[in-house]
Amino acid sequence: MLMDLFNHWVVITLMMSGLYIVIAQGNLIKKIVGLAVFQTSVFIFYISMAKVEGGTAPILADGITQYSNPLPHVLILTAIVVGIATTALGLSLVVRIKEAYGSIEEDEIQQQDNQALSESNLEKEA
Amino acid sequence: MIAHLPILQVIIPLMAAPICLMLKRTQLVWLFSIIASGLAFAVSILLLQQVMASGVISYELGGWQAPWGIEYRIDKLNAFLLLIISGISTVVLFAAQTSLEKEIPKDKHIFFYVLYLLSLTGMLGIVATGDAFNVFVFLEISSLSAYALIGMGNKRQALWASYQYLIMGTIGATFILIGIGLMYQMTGTLNMHDLSQRLPEVEQSRTVLAAFAFVIVGVCLKLAMFPLHLWLPNAYTYAPSIVTAFFAATATKVAVYLLIRFTFSVFGFSFSFTHIPLQTIFMALGLVGIFVASTSAIYQNNVKQLFAYSSIAQIGYMIVGFSLSTVTGLTATLLHMFNHALMKGAIFLALAAVIYRVGNVELNNLRGLGRQMPLTMAAIVIGGLSLIGVPLTVGFVSKWYLLMALIEQGWWPIAVLILLGSMLAVIYVWRIVEVAYFKEPLNKNSTIKEAPMSFLIPIWVLVIANIYFGIDTRLSVGVAEAAAQSLFGVAL
Repeated sequence: MLMDLFNHWVVITLMMSGLYIVIAQGNLIKKIVGLAVFQTSVFIFYISMAKVEGGTAPILADGITQYSNPLPHVLILTAIVVGIATTALGLSLVVRIKEAYGSIEEDEIQQQDNQALSESNLEKEA
Repeated sequence: MIAHLPILQVIIPLMAAPICLMLKRTQLVWLFSIIASGLAFAVSILLLQQVMASGVISYELGGWQAPWGIEYRIDKLNAFLLLIISGISTVVLFAAQTSLEKEIPKDKHIFFYVLYLLSLTGMLGIVATGDAFNVFVFLEISSLSAYALIGMGNKRQALWASYQYLIMGTIGATFILIGIGLMYQMTGTLNMHDLSQRLPEVEQSRTVLAAFAFVIVGVCLKLAMFPLHLWLPNAYTYAPSIVTAFFAATATKVAVYLLIRFTFSVFGFSFSFTHIPLQTIFMALGLVGIFVASTSAIYQNNVKQLFAYSSIAQIGYMIVGFSLSTVTGLTATLLHMFNHALMKGAIFLALAAVIYRVGNVELNNLRGLGRQMPLTMAAIVIGGLSLIGVPLTVGFVSKWYLLMALIEQGWWPIAVLILLGSMLAVIYVWRIVEVAYFKEPLNKNSTIKEAPMSFLIPIWVLVIANIYFGIDTRLSVGVAEAAAQSLFGVAL
């Protein structure tokens, strides 16, 4: 029973750990890593559901009548490209954030922003 | 040519984006983007006419038949949305060049237009397509370019806002992807129309329930529905003003469209509203959203942020109309999508003009601006009145329909709450009016003049649309009502 759904357990484990990293980590790069793990779990999910029991790779050949479903593979190829683009964009934003704030820790950035906000408020009162 | 309109709608801005890179001259790229967006607008008008005259248009990409190939399916609902998106995009672009001068370094202007057109492509694609996976792809095209556009803002907070939006947006999009995967697993199809026919057979299964949950939560993240709205205020505040005007008017509407499309067309009305207490949940969250966001808006000192919170509140109204799940309720939501695009487009463009002259939109710096920039401030005031829902503006029309829908159901207490919510809008709009018209101008602002024509024309086009569609409601109400009826026609 447990082993039957092995792929799904892997998917859920990866999905939850990815999401947890995104939420719990304060380091911006680690968040992006978590996001990538989260997305990867979905790729595995799509690919596992394409498997047809007893089916081979979807390449036409003599004597084979049952093939796995190739469509999810193709879909996921697109999703992988999207994932890479997201990761690349996220990391380049982190580079810019590091240049602008001198930090890639969430709480330090938030602190700097709050400080800037309260200073501008003080100016107004004065 | 006419037969290919559905794909032209998406492909024109898509092809225009890389061409921008080759044109090299900023002025030329700007004109070219206006032409591309204008063509998309023209296509959307033709599509709407065609749909209103002869019903649903189905377009098969590459000639592959529908459930196997990708189908673009234009009905009244998405023809209406295409019109809103491409129209606003075109009007906003007119002001882009002047506004960018002061907000983005010169060497990045061309990239700005490329991203802008890609983002437009994504939004039009989401709306035009009839294929669930295609929705995800276009969603990511529009989102990725949106993150980059927001990151172009000239303050460092823009980067941080863009990063936060990226994290939230990607989680939302991935949720939608999971939902689509689960649906595919159960039905073996990705075509929305096909899905709507096959899902009822398996609707008792927990997988479909999970698919529904993932899709709805994912869409609500994109929609910035309370309490998933946290990415929105900063993203709108720190993005370049033109980007804010464009996104505030269109981006959340696209997500509302997806919500309607998935609940009504794909999963079907009876599944969405009878199996799951969607009505109660959305009604409650919509109302709380209106009050929390409007109250937050009252306390903001940055006017862009103030209107960003007001946007979240306006989404609340759309959600309340949606949650009624009646024809009138849905009409109110669709109308409010159209009307809100006009109001927020006008307001954020006017704020872009203020930023162009004053440098920022801190409430204190707007002192006395009513006399120095009369036309710009008047636009903000009319936009504000429309937000409140004063008669003769578009805001009144959609609030009126929302109230009618509530009273039709006999839900007086909620109708009263909606009116109270509008009172909160009076407060935050009044704060701006008070500062702009009843305070002495700041010394440092004494040399400020009215905004240039390149701002005033697009702003006033939208303001006049605000008033025109408040009086002559044939187009907006007509199409919204027809679209709502056809959604129920499919569902019931």
